[in-house]
Amino acid sequence: MISIQGVSHAIGDKRILNDVTTQIAQGGITALIGPNGAGKSTLLSLIARLEPLQTGRIHVDALEIGACSDQVLAQHLSILPQMADHTPRLTVKELVGFGRYPYNRGRPTAQDDAKVAQALGMFGLNLFADRTLDTLSGGQKQRAHIAMIFAQDTDYVLLDEPLNNLDIAAGRSLMKTLQRMCEDHRKTIVIVLHDINVASRYADQIIAMRDGSVITQGRPAEIVDSALVQDVFETDAPVVTVEGTNLVLM
Amino acid sequence: MTLKIYIWAGLFGLALLSILSLFIGVIDLSLGDLWHDPAAFELLVISRFPRTAAALICGSSLAIAGAIMQMLVRNRFVEPMTTGTGPGAGLGILIVTIFFPAAPLIVKMVLASIAALCASLGFLAIVQRLPPTQPLLVPLVGLVYGGIIGAGVTFVAYQADLIQYISVWMNGEFSGVIQGRYELLWIAAAVALVTYFAADQFAIVGLGRTASINLGLNYTQAMLIGLVAISVVAALTVTTVGMIPFVGLVVPNIVSRLVGDHLRNTLPLIALMGALLTLASDIIGRVLRHPFEIPVGTVFGVIGTLLFLWLIFQRPRHE
Repeated sequence: MISIQGVSHAIGDKRILNDVTTQIAQGGITALIGPNGAGKSTLLSLIARLEPLQTGRIHVDALEIGACSDQVLAQHLSILPQMADHTPRLTVKELVGFGRYPYNRGRPTAQDDAKVAQALGMFGLNLFADRTLDTLSGGQKQRAHIAMIFAQDTDYVLLDEPLNNLDIAAGRSLMKTLQRMCEDHRKTIVIVLHDINVASRYADQIIAMRDGSVITQGRPAEIVDSALVQDVFETDAPVVTVEGTNLVLM
Repeated sequence: MTLKIYIWAGLFGLALLSILSLFIGVIDLSLGDLWHDPAAFELLVISRFPRTAAALICGSSLAIAGAIMQMLVRNRFVEPMTTGTGPGAGLGILIVTIFFPAAPLIVKMVLASIAALCASLGFLAIVQRLPPTQPLLVPLVGLVYGGIIGAGVTFVAYQADLIQYISVWMNGEFSGVIQGRYELLWIAAAVALVTYFAADQFAIVGLGRTASINLGLNYTQAMLIGLVAISVVAALTVTTVGMIPFVGLVVPNIVSRLVGDHLRNTLPLIALMGALLTLASDIIGRVLRHPFEIPVGTVFGVIGTLLFLWLIFQRPRHE
């Protein structure tokens, strides 16, 4: 469980998060949604210790962010880096191999090799294993990075808007893979999503944020309705239910 | 394994060139002379061996420094000599020369390294404020930044009547290398060697800050280790043989194109190729206008550029 207690954050004079207290249960996909500037990405980067905590506390199971060692935390929690313009000329296999760095500090064992092979297989990357990242498409590069995170073998996986720049096929395949990681490998995934409909379809829990505060939290089937959309996004859009999923019509 | 083939070919070439380098120079020297002529042996020990060693050390450690800097800045077009570290080292020695002329050599080196480190930190601070969508701004700003520091060095040297003195550092060449005046370079060699143990850390830093923190790496510490290594190498080479541009830029790029960026595997090849190309350039510079010499930097600029162009215009590997 990730527990967030009284977390506030400001950049200069600008308040980004206002006394956020919430819990993210173990297992399944939890989606953070909300309009631009709601503080979703900031909250995620605080959990991932990318930014130092200003006020409040965050615990990942028994580990306290900011107090526990980086190396230990890297064995329990991972965050998918955003795709950069600059990609080093690493092969997919070399990149995925770096996922084992928190365990082997650069000296891979047979067990590490096995984990890397498993990750390559799981994400259908065997054919690309010896190709360098700069020769891959955006979707393939994304998959290679997620395979690295998978090889890192952490209970908690954080992703910040991973669907950016992916077409619909790559996006669906990514979301299905994340579901599979939760079901087959008991991962807990926290994901910042831009599109509430994706959250509604794939997430087990939604945390809706606005102006640096959590507005509501719950199962998509129970909380996604016109009132929520009005409350969080300040627009009155109709919500319909298709195959059990509540969808917001644009 | 293409990497192994390159390394064995490189080692073979290096051995050949090193032997050649020992027997090429203004004074004729042949293998037979060594047996009966003590003066020939002396020439070898005092001049030819130090010169060859200096070229090998400078070439390999500058290439490694370039590779590390490219990882830290996440840009393929930077190298210490053109982006402030080299001129920073020059400024450091100049200041020591003016204010503490009697300081021992090792103190001068330490101060030059600190000045180089400050210049590198300044460059890094500037780079972090540049838009990441404009990667070509980084080397351009680096050139301007290095140029400004270089201009500062020239101005101060002019005021202090030391122009002659600094021209030795600004244009690197190996003709002045003799026994007793190059040994500090071995420290640069040791520093370059030690960086190999942090190769994985630099490769991860090259993946970006988020990726580094995700993998539990102390990002700031890795950055600092890298910058200190680069600055020490730059300071030692600038003070002993002078600035040799392009080695740190061209060699890592060539190796990256051939075998990728996984530093743990590629750093040995980067060192090897840096040494090979620098020594080759020095030998060519010695024979082309014999008995006069062409500075190594000039020859390297021509060879390195040609090699680099050839690589750029080759077809990419996976198409």
